[in-house]
Amino acid sequence: MQRLLMKGNEAIAEAAIKAGCRHFFGYPITPQNEVCAYMSRRMPQVEGVFLQAESEIAAISMVLGASAAGARAMTSSSSPGISLKTEGLSYIAGSDLPALIVNVQRGGPGLGTIQPAQSDYNQATKAPGHGDLRLLVFAPSTVQEMVDCVFETFDLTEKYRMPGMLLCDGLLGQMMEPVIFPEVEVTPSEKPWALTGHGDKRQPNIITSLNLDPELSQSANLARFERYAEIEKTQARAESLMTEDADIVVVAYGACARIARSAVSAARAEGIKAGMLRPITVWPFPTQQILAAGKSAKALLAVEMSMGQMVHDVRTAVQFKKPVHFFGRTGGVVPTPNEVLEQLKIIDGGLKA
Amino acid sequence: MKVIYEKSPMLKDAPLSYCPGCTHGIIHKLVAESIHELGAGGRAIGVSPVGCAVLAYNFFNCDMVQAPHGRAPALATGMARVHPGHVIFTYQGDGDLAAIGTAETIHAACRGENIVVIFVNNAIYGMTGGQMAPTTIAGQTTQTSPYGRDVVSAGHPVRVCEMLATQEGTTYAERVAVHSVPHIRKAKKAIKKAFEYQTQGRGFSIVELLSTCPTNWGLSPVESLAWVEENMIPQYPLGVFKDKYAGEVAR
Amino acid sequence: MTNFSAIFAGFGGQGVLFMGKVTAYVGLLLGKEVSWMPSYGPEMRGGTANCSVCISDTPIGSPVVTEPDALVAMNLPSYDKFLHSVKPGGLLIYDDSMFKPAASRDDIRAFALPATALASEEGLGGIANMIMLGRTLKEAGLAGLEIIEQAIEKSVPSSKPGMIEHNLRALKLGMN
Repeated sequence: MQRLLMKGNEAIAEAAIKAGCRHFFGYPITPQNEVCAYMSRRMPQVEGVFLQAESEIAAISMVLGASAAGARAMTSSSSPGISLKTEGLSYIAGSDLPALIVNVQRGGPGLGTIQPAQSDYNQATKAPGHGDLRLLVFAPSTVQEMVDCVFETFDLTEKYRMPGMLLCDGLLGQMMEPVIFPEVEVTPSEKPWALTGHGDKRQPNIITSLNLDPELSQSANLARFERYAEIEKTQARAESLMTEDADIVVVAYGACARIARSAVSAARAEGIKAGMLRPITVWPFPTQQILAAGKSAKALLAVEMSMGQMVHDVRTAVQFKKPVHFFGRTGGVVPTPNEVLEQLKIIDGGLKA
Repeated sequence: MKVIYEKSPMLKDAPLSYCPGCTHGIIHKLVAESIHELGAGGRAIGVSPVGCAVLAYNFFNCDMVQAPHGRAPALATGMARVHPGHVIFTYQGDGDLAAIGTAETIHAACRGENIVVIFVNNAIYGMTGGQMAPTTIAGQTTQTSPYGRDVVSAGHPVRVCEMLATQEGTTYAERVAVHSVPHIRKAKKAIKKAFEYQTQGRGFSIVELLSTCPTNWGLSPVESLAWVEENMIPQYPLGVFKDKYAGEVAR
Repeated sequence: MTNFSAIFAGFGGQGVLFMGKVTAYVGLLLGKEVSWMPSYGPEMRGGTANCSVCISDTPIGSPVVTEPDALVAMNLPSYDKFLHSVKPGGLLIYDDSMFKPAASRDDIRAFALPATALASEEGLGGIANMIMLGRTLKEAGLAGLEIIEQAIEKSVPSSKPGMIEHNLRALKLGMN
């Protein structure tokens, strides 16, 4: 299999096509423009649909329509655009429809910056839209993993009939890395609920998020949360690196995990017993994995490109029994391995004192 | 015994949820009959809006999806791109189509999406209790224009068909009314034509229907019918604003 | 060779991203781990541009290079901005037909190359970057000419096949 050098954004698009997606609806926003541009070139070659919508809201609504009609559909955007898409996201969740949404995060709030950030973590994992809902959220940390996660997210969103997000950032979207596309035969999943026209052969299918009767509305939410509970039990993923004997466990995801990895290696070289636990899914959050990795550790350190969002989930995961430190850069500033190493030295010094 | 009238099989056997005297029921019937007469019920997919017709999926006997407020044309776009041979239609009110969903409406038209838009204009927000709509006429009293719509501060009513007729992507735009039997007959013809164009793959059609809202207008059903004639038609003249294939149909 | 990192910097339009791309392809063809990270944003439209490239035997952490083994500077602002980030013992290549620097360092290997002037003389206007890259790759000793040629072929868009030959000529000019 061929190793290709590709930008993260383009790799996402190619992976989606290889995963059988033939309906892409997007709107330009930096730093995710290459997803749209790539799709506009490739979709016509595979008899797929690329449509540049009039707005982020229209794009996610088109995804809603295409998904309701039974297609594997997706959209991509960056932070300010995702805020606009939260309406559609909520409806997709409330209508029990699958869909893939890509967020190539940039710094905020407001128009913020176009440089990388991870400050939409809370939005993605806690409040992706109004109402009681969840989003499956994968947080890849290499271009290869972005590709793998596209396949996985599509499959899981269809299995659980819920929207899923690829939570990336400008760094992952813009960088090039070698990537290998898996050779897989995509078998479209059965969708008896899809709107295909009843063809005078069945009762009409109805897709709606409306339940005027509160009891019915409650049952719909309870049923959805039963599925969420199963997902939390079975789908939380994380990578563990040298955590077995670690005094300090760094918890970082996405681009930050790359930086943390360098810092952990450098710390080991200096005799500091550091390790890393990298969430691959951030909802479901790998609570058990972090609890286990933190068991023998004396302290944890969450590293994020935000003012501290995931760190609260880490504290909850270790049941507030271990000190969880935080180091973050914000507004589009990417932390350096040296900065993280400095933090590790300070914490290590404190432990030895 | 001879059957001289029966309910269209494109309508379910469900009681309508609309107020007494509301003309939504008439429009549902016209849409259902048109689709059925074209033999298209089996491949019809409708989009219900937010507003009084939100439950339209309980009444039309075809596959239906319920859209976020104003987004019906975007959903219909997504579906039409997945099922190009199907009969895709939206059913929208004035707030849905001409306020919060203006962009979706115009751009679906400009793209020439092969869909039918059924636009019910009753100059008021019904479901939410009678607020000023984008199509509320100057001086009209509503819950949020208690002194009458003041065009200086609240702006002028939106004329949708006129606006869409200027766009190249629009195939067919006609405004009709449903306040009398002759008008209902004309409305049926317009709706049928829109669906004919749709089944022929001819692009974007919109039929605007001047409709009533006795409850929120504070009028009796009969007074409401007169109000359409006296107040709405002068503001929203009836007629065909665009028909790309007019000559052909007149055959 | 185990690890190599570089920053290519200059004005937008001088082909600094392309230099990085060719270098990244060299790493790919050598079967190494590779990353290429551009600066992005308003500078794409005419301001300063730069990119970071890492080549390594092990997975690459941050693709943003802060202490490069090599700096290729095509203009003075880039030279001034990155000069002091180069690792001691590292490599600096700059275009002295574009600017005359005031600052310098004596703990790095520095080479001045009048690439832009040379490119004009040789009828290779617009691809001074490849002259610079030729010298850089030669001094860095990353790979043989054959691999570099393949990297150029992979980097040139298929819509501009004619550019391959020009690029190769410029590359060799820089190497010698």
